[in-house]
Amino acid sequence: MSLLEIEGLEVTFGQTAAVRGADFSVARGETHCIVGESGCGKSVTSLAIMGLLARGATRRVRRMEFDGRDISRLSERDMSRLRGHRMAMIFQEPMTSLNPAYTVGSQMAEVRTRHLGGTRQAALDRAAELLGRVGITAPGMRLGQFPHQLSGGLRQRVMIAMALMNDPELLIADEPTTALDVTIQAQILRLLAQLQADLGLALLLITHDLGVVARVAHRVSVMYAGEVVENAATADLFAAPRHPYTRGLLDCLPIPGKVAPGAPLGSIPGMVPKLTPGFSGCGFRSRCSLAHEACAAPVPMRGTAHLFRCVIDA
Amino acid sequence: MASFLLRRLILAACVALTVLTLAFTLTRLSGDLAISIAGPSATLEDVAVIRRAYGLDRPLPEQFIAWVGRAAVGDFGESYFFKSRVSTLIAERMPITLTLGFVGLGIALVVSIPLGILAAVREGSWIDRLVQLFAMIGQAMPSFWLGLIAMIFFGLQLGWLPVSGTGSWEHFVMPGTVLAFSAIPALTRLTRSGMIQSLASDYIRTARAKGLSRFSILFKHALRNAALPVVSIASVQLGFMLGGSIVIETVFALHGVGFLAWESITKNDFPVVQAVVLVLAVIYVVLTLLADLFNAVLDPRLRR
Amino acid sequence: MRRAGIWLGGGLLLLVTLAAILAPWIAPHDPYAQDLTRRLAVPFWMEGSRPEHLLGTDQLGRDYLSRLIYGARVSLIIGAMVVVVSGAIGITLGVLGGFFGGRVDDVVLFLITCRLSIPVVLVALAVVGLLGSSTTLVVTVLGLLLWDRFAVVARATTMQVRNLDYVAAAWAAGSSTPRILVSEVLPNIMTHLAVVGTLEMALAILLEAALSFLGLGVPPPLPSWGLMIAEGRDFMFFSAWVIWIPGVALFTLVLAINLLGDGLRDLFGAAPS
Repeated sequence: MSLLEIEGLEVTFGQTAAVRGADFSVARGETHCIVGESGCGKSVTSLAIMGLLARGATRRVRRMEFDGRDISRLSERDMSRLRGHRMAMIFQEPMTSLNPAYTVGSQMAEVRTRHLGGTRQAALDRAAELLGRVGITAPGMRLGQFPHQLSGGLRQRVMIAMALMNDPELLIADEPTTALDVTIQAQILRLLAQLQADLGLALLLITHDLGVVARVAHRVSVMYAGEVVENAATADLFAAPRHPYTRGLLDCLPIPGKVAPGAPLGSIPGMVPKLTPGFSGCGFRSRCSLAHEACAAPVPMRGTAHLFRCVIDA
Repeated sequence: MASFLLRRLILAACVALTVLTLAFTLTRLSGDLAISIAGPSATLEDVAVIRRAYGLDRPLPEQFIAWVGRAAVGDFGESYFFKSRVSTLIAERMPITLTLGFVGLGIALVVSIPLGILAAVREGSWIDRLVQLFAMIGQAMPSFWLGLIAMIFFGLQLGWLPVSGTGSWEHFVMPGTVLAFSAIPALTRLTRSGMIQSLASDYIRTARAKGLSRFSILFKHALRNAALPVVSIASVQLGFMLGGSIVIETVFALHGVGFLAWESITKNDFPVVQAVVLVLAVIYVVLTLLADLFNAVLDPRLRR
Repeated sequence: MRRAGIWLGGGLLLLVTLAAILAPWIAPHDPYAQDLTRRLAVPFWMEGSRPEHLLGTDQLGRDYLSRLIYGARVSLIIGAMVVVVSGAIGITLGVLGGFFGGRVDDVVLFLITCRLSIPVVLVALAVVGLLGSSTTLVVTVLGLLLWDRFAVVARATTMQVRNLDYVAAAWAAGSSTPRILVSEVLPNIMTHLAVVGTLEMALAILLEAALSFLGLGVPPPLPSWGLMIAEGRDFMFFSAWVIWIPGVALFTLVLAINLLGDGLRDLFGAAPS
């Protein structure tokens, strides 16, 4: 049984359907990537799992289980006991995600004492240990510093360490490297992969970068226009993509050894459709060369281990 | 931090000097002071004597420097009407005004901070609209009229509180509340907008992702950052309240500095008037200085 | 909701303004005519009221409704004049500081700081007390004291406008500085200043009433609402309406102007501060 299982997740913001069908599961100790272009609903999906959607958003879900327990109808209070304890999350904006008014140590310690109790000193010791673990030198000194005294890369490391304070089983990382310098991006990514392997975390990594997916993911969900359109083991997906969108996406990628230098890269013509709550059928059909009438009806997921949401056999 | 403080101090000194000049000029506006002091029944000789006695025959710059020199050490001269030291008069009356000011500020904070938080948490709801309407009404309320209405209602009809004068803490409830009304609208709005901004921030999302309690999210993480502007404005408002106490003290016959100033103005007692203007201005400058300091303590980004 | 504020506030203000302008024609009596035989007649909602004095009479037997209507003139004229005077000072200072920056801006900021440390009511009272009460003096003193918010907003908005592309373009095209200030900067910051103008007018009206209430505003027998409240004070425990009527009028007018100002602010977007 998987640690996290999602079926039929839908999120709407007023007249926009941000997520209209997300189905996937994350197994224990697995790195699962959700990949897609901006606006496809991948960030909203991650926030919906954590119950952190902004006010004005409506979430509906057929089934949402964490460790065999239904979390789709948990109250905010019960959900808050899971968050930061058994499931943790880090965000895209390290510069603004820490509270400017409190020290790193105090912000880290409170997660521990909130969920596991214990003394503040014990929590601070744990924080220092984790800061070392995420590659921060002189952790003792850093604990007393304020966020504005740290660089973006350091702040993201602090966020990661803070997420690990209570040994969560699931870590959700929403584009954790997008706001960072390229050199720092690689470091943070390597760190996440390392921690995932060492601690046996289930890592749900949201990214728009297929290169990242190829390097770290065990399994991939491709999202397009609010739907998971393909879900497969990473190797299978790269070897034999089943959904036209995934194929288009992979054609845009320069892969050394496969794409000759100087050869034109592919591109996907057209635009993402505007998704109102009444929208149904395949979101990709207006850009798909293979589309026909059946694509306008809701498309079910097909396949067993390699799932895809397309009526066309290819 | 030190240079920040130094700059603030220099600014404060410049402001004090400017207000000093203003307070001095104020009393020379009406022409010959000696005639006013001597009163309507004085002879020309009386006026001449008074002019010499008060040093009014000297050139203006000389008078100014002499006055500034004495004011700097707290010597504001003698009151023409009360026939006692101005500094003594102000020192006697100050506790009442300060009590009134702090009671007013206390009530204002106790009312406006919870209201502001409530409105922010329920942004857009009818509670929010009600709070904003309340702030709007408070802003349009003439304080002296509110004071009179309160006297009629709570003093006379219900008999809950004494109508005027000093003597017990109950005497300060009504004037303090009325005075608070002048600060409540601004403080409520500021708390509300600060909390709305704070609650929408990324660090609040982080706090929620950490599974913190609602209490901790609201009061530890959101309020701390929303409080920064509230602290500066609260001290500024206290300054305004002390200045505005002249109206409230007159309405409720509280014999504080404001009442003293009003009496002195109606009696042409210039040394007292210019001293009160100066003292209130200096208190305001000190309050803003304290607010800056307090802000530096609260906001680690300013602590350098 | 906000639109409702603009309509309600603007409508009330228009109504009061019309009453003030048409005072000689709509006031039922001469506001100065005393009739000591009819002192403190009660208003229409109370037992024993006289139909010819809808809102009763004051302690000198003067018709309260007529004094109220003429009182609107005092409030509105003083409010508007104070806005003109303080606006002229504050906008000039603020635009200069915001546009030129550097030393000029330092001086402007210093002046604003000085102004804020001066207790308004006290100094206004002292000046009026020294020079004798008159409408002109009240306008002058309040105008000289209430320019700070104009300066703050004008300064902040000018700074924003200065950095806009078309202002840089006008500069590059060789327009003179005064020309840029008047034809490019001012029109762009006008909406924010209009909002400040309404709020300052409300404040000026409240302050005039407070000064007159303390006997150091406009001189009697002018029918200022603040003065009416002061005169009614001695009778308020027995005839509470003598302070209720002018107080409610004052409150309503100020609330209307604030509603209008707040509505305008939301319509134009908040000014930077």
